[in-house]
Amino acid sequence: MPASFTPYVLVLQRLGIALITLVIVSFAVFFATALLPGDVAQILLGQAATPEAVAGLREAMGLNEPAFLRFLHWLGGLVSGDLGTSYVNNMPVTELIGDRLSNSLKLAGVTTVISVPIALSLGIGAAMWRGSVFDRLVSILTISVISVPEFMVATLAVLIFAVWLGWLPALSYGADVSSWGTMLRAYAMPVITLGFVVSAQMIRMTRAAVIETINTPYVEMALLKGASRRRMVLVHALPNALGPIANAVALSLSYLVGGVIIVETIFNYPGVAKLMVDAVATRDLPLIQSCAMIFCVSYLSLITLADLIAILANPRLRHR
Amino acid sequence: MTRKPPPSRLPGFRAAGYSFNWVGRVGLAVIVFWALIAIFAPWLTPYPVGEIVDWDYFGPVSQKFWMGTDYLGRDIFSRILMGARYTVGIALAAVTLACTAGVILGMIAAVLEGWFDTLLSRLLDAFNGIPSLLFGLVVVAAVGSSIPILVLTLAAIYMPGAYRFARALAVNVNTMDFVTVARARGEGTPYLILREIFPNILGPVLADLGLRFVFIVLVLSGLSFLGLGVQPPNADWGALVRENIEGLSLGAPAVVFPSIAIATLTISVNMFIDNLPTKIRDRSE
Repeated sequence: MPASFTPYVLVLQRLGIALITLVIVSFAVFFATALLPGDVAQILLGQAATPEAVAGLREAMGLNEPAFLRFLHWLGGLVSGDLGTSYVNNMPVTELIGDRLSNSLKLAGVTTVISVPIALSLGIGAAMWRGSVFDRLVSILTISVISVPEFMVATLAVLIFAVWLGWLPALSYGADVSSWGTMLRAYAMPVITLGFVVSAQMIRMTRAAVIETINTPYVEMALLKGASRRRMVLVHALPNALGPIANAVALSLSYLVGGVIIVETIFNYPGVAKLMVDAVATRDLPLIQSCAMIFCVSYLSLITLADLIAILANPRLRHR
Repeated sequence: MTRKPPPSRLPGFRAAGYSFNWVGRVGLAVIVFWALIAIFAPWLTPYPVGEIVDWDYFGPVSQKFWMGTDYLGRDIFSRILMGARYTVGIALAAVTLACTAGVILGMIAAVLEGWFDTLLSRLLDAFNGIPSLLFGLVVVAAVGSSIPILVLTLAAIYMPGAYRFARALAVNVNTMDFVTVARARGEGTPYLILREIFPNILGPVLADLGLRFVFIVLVLSGLSFLGLGVQPPNADWGALVRENIEGLSLGAPAVVFPSIAIATLTISVNMFIDNLPTKIRDRSE
């Protein structure tokens, strides 16, 4: 095999693993939700239902088929965009999820756009002035954010911005987003909270990646030649740290998945996560399965993306 | 011939490289504090946990109620003391289970190699592709929430990570000469795992256990916060925050103190682990 193909082989391999993982994950999601609880038909019809009615509904829902067949049907439906029907209000799951998904994506998108530049500049800055007061301050702040639950970051944000400073509404998502001003206010708290959660990881990893490059002999050489600290980091070290940094960004963005669940609940934001938490309360299994798959797919894509970047950014794999 | 005087005493704790710096000691002190609280909570609570003692809700900090009262007028101080039992207890049980299973499987995989290793590693890697909070949500949706289920779920979420960590360490030890010698002597897998490999990866594994404990506390609090963890009338710290979240806009101490309790526990475990003596943490290197 020619050496220049190595990264592409690795990429294909990684994509293959991602695909297998996805199948296993969907298997787990389906069986965790579909097999464990009691008879779905019985639950739907209630205690008073006659055995005949239950049997009829079982037949109609295809519950008499072997579980594995039902899994294949469900998987086929997922692939072709048919997510099934909600147990609770009998609406197609696709319809229920539609708007919610775009809401969640908006939240995630705005957070990403705001937090990535901030996190990168803080991380690179901390590495550039390593050991300074600024660096220590950033370190303490990021460690604190990482070691407390997401809902606590949200609670603190509400306490500071809504209760003490009174700048923003506490727990509201304005249904009437008429002007830019109201929209900004509605998005501010969720985005601030998510931004903190996602950035903390990103800052730490960026700082570590840059410092690792600074410690290499060629960067030291640049310093000995008389390059300024800023030039040494930005011109000499940074280009080689870009790969690990991009990897760090993708990996940190996967924290959005967990963070979104908490943030949407606490701020009552109408996204997929809120939908799913509500569905858990009503045990609406098709809805839970679909939401769970959406989260798993986004999480998995981000992790895979991070790995792919790491593979492609490693020049040693290219010229072996 | 000159003789050196014998050393007056053995190299001390400090000289052997087992000493902690003060940050680590503070962390350890807080951990021990919460552990003691968790054990002795029932004898320490000033008021019965479920009893409404104040007719005012979201009461402020006062001489009578050290941390204020909650949305029903129950004493928050007592509830936090009892909550320590759930948070610390469940997390400890789950992390012990996860690490025991993960480390044993990891060592077996490293020693046996071959298809067992490949299959297990791939399978558990796939498991890692599920976000942890989501996994908890799905399981709770399917089987409901009770303490044994919480422990098992949390253990299942963090077992693959412990496996991967232990396997990576064990693979390194497995190539060392003393393991080869033991193998040549004809020792079986259980002996290799327990007597040759385990003692040599113990330090890093303990450090990893600490970090995993923090993650578990965070996910457990998250689940409880969503109302899917410890069920009322019992409450761990996450559930205490959830119960009193309406008091947030009033700045009630009932929301603040449980949050502080979680933060002190997780941050102090992190401080402790970060400042473990290198001799313990990096023993295999």
